[in-house]
Amino acid sequence: MALPEAYITGIGQSKIGQKTTRHPLLLTTDAIREALDDSGLTLADIDGISTYPGKMSGYLGFSPVGCEDLIDALRLNIRWFNGSGEISSQLGAVAVAAHAVRAGAARHVICFRTVYESAAMSRPQDYPMNRAPRVEGMSQWTAPFNATSAVTWVAQYAMRHVKKYGMKREQLAQIALTDRKNAMLNPRALVREPLSLEQYMEARMIAEPMCLFDCDRFSDASTVLIVSAGDALGDVKCTPVRIAATAYQSDGRHSWDQPEVMASYPTGAELWKYTDYTAKDVDTVQLYDGFAFLTITWLEALGFCGIGEGGQFIEGGHRIALDGELPLNTFGGQIGAGRLHGFGFAHEAVVQLRSQGGERQIKGNPKVAVAASGGGPLATALLLARD
Amino acid sequence: MSAARPLPRLEPDNRFFWTSGEDGKLRFLQCSDCKTFIHPPRPICFNCLSENVAPAVVPGTGVVDTFTINHQKWSPNMEVPFIIARVAIDGAPGVILTTNIIDCPVDAVEFGDKVVVSFEQQDDVFLPLFKKVI
Ligand SMILES: [Zn+2]
Repeated sequence: MALPEAYITGIGQSKIGQKTTRHPLLLTTDAIREALDDSGLTLADIDGISTYPGKMSGYLGFSPVGCEDLIDALRLNIRWFNGSGEISSQLGAVAVAAHAVRAGAARHVICFRTVYESAAMSRPQDYPMNRAPRVEGMSQWTAPFNATSAVTWVAQYAMRHVKKYGMKREQLAQIALTDRKNAMLNPRALVREPLSLEQYMEARMIAEPMCLFDCDRFSDASTVLIVSAGDALGDVKCTPVRIAATAYQSDGRHSWDQPEVMASYPTGAELWKYTDYTAKDVDTVQLYDGFAFLTITWLEALGFCGIGEGGQFIEGGHRIALDGELPLNTFGGQIGAGRLHGFGFAHEAVVQLRSQGGERQIKGNPKVAVAASGGGPLATALLLARD
Repeated sequence: MSAARPLPRLEPDNRFFWTSGEDGKLRFLQCSDCKTFIHPPRPICFNCLSENVAPAVVPGTGVVDTFTINHQKWSPNMEVPFIIARVAIDGAPGVILTTNIIDCPVDAVEFGDKVVVSFEQQDDVFLPLFKKVI
């Protein structure tokens, strides 16, 4: 017997803010309420929860709400749940929810990611960071060399593109410029001011070749996707979007500094093994841009251009513009819309595939999209289709 | 970079590595049976599954694989700019170390540069930093 398909049947998002005072659980329920209204489902229909990375008590800004809070606060009757940080990246929480509904472990799963980083930084007395006196685990191999931020790890991969493939700052700039342009058409986006190439080129460097505008901004928000089993669509009133394929593929090194390439590369190649669609069929891509260079790795990894050709591929920005052949990060990405941490990409793919993008809606009745999250050893790719 | 660095917590698995510089030598874990190097240290060899693994001295030289010039102060007293680099370790095929290239202008580092270890002690930790081989 063939397994049922998995669908995204509802999407929701809270206000995206900074120094937010609204309780992070309420940001989460704001997004859930919107997703339920969208889908036509009620809380009584929900029998699964999936989130990334689960509540982090010592670092609440990064993840202030977990499954346990949500299940009890809303008295949900749950058959399956996941709140794991050791997973293929943020959208890994959506991929495993798809596996769960296909296997019959749940019918309707609320997938959520709530971030509270700006609020927590503005009120450290309420949201203290539990910093151990010494570093351990993976960070022991980077932090002692003052490579504490992931931008310094990403920058070293980006420098390879500069030195080996001739990637120019003017090319890398197109990610931030495209994001910021699109964000101006997204009423919920955090940053809604134009950014020019001149401003970009004059920006202060953070870790070469990455400058200030290549980095996303901390925000407070919750994003929700409801994942449903294909045999449970009778409960749903909206246009469902099929999760046509999910992928994660490791090269055997779960590390930021040991592998030759990031996990996005084997993951991008893996995605096409589970579908008859090809890269040529894709109408829009929503690719992780926590640091702009990561988006270039995803474009190459998914086969939209060759390895090392990402800079040339986006040169001038026309190809990835809203009216280009491969519209990218149409909601503004994390650089424009705020650091939603992975879930914003899948949310926007659904918006576009349902033609609900308003001013930022791409033309041509889009049917196929890729959403991807992660960098370094973390990578998840989702192929989404409106049948 | 006069500010104190975040230091690793010394544990049974990693203590040999972070204290190796006490005698000026760089060590990585090696499988005593098949001679494969294992980094970060694990109690088993991924190549032959031998549990017969032990620290081994390497020459202390390496080659710059890639780098970034860091400009951002990640703590108030951090001196910038400085180089963060990945160094491919001579004598330990496949092993990369994230480190700093010190004692040279930040624009003097290139891919392929030969570098040599220079330990910096902080508390009980000997940090393997690298200098260019002139
Ligand atoms: Zn061995």
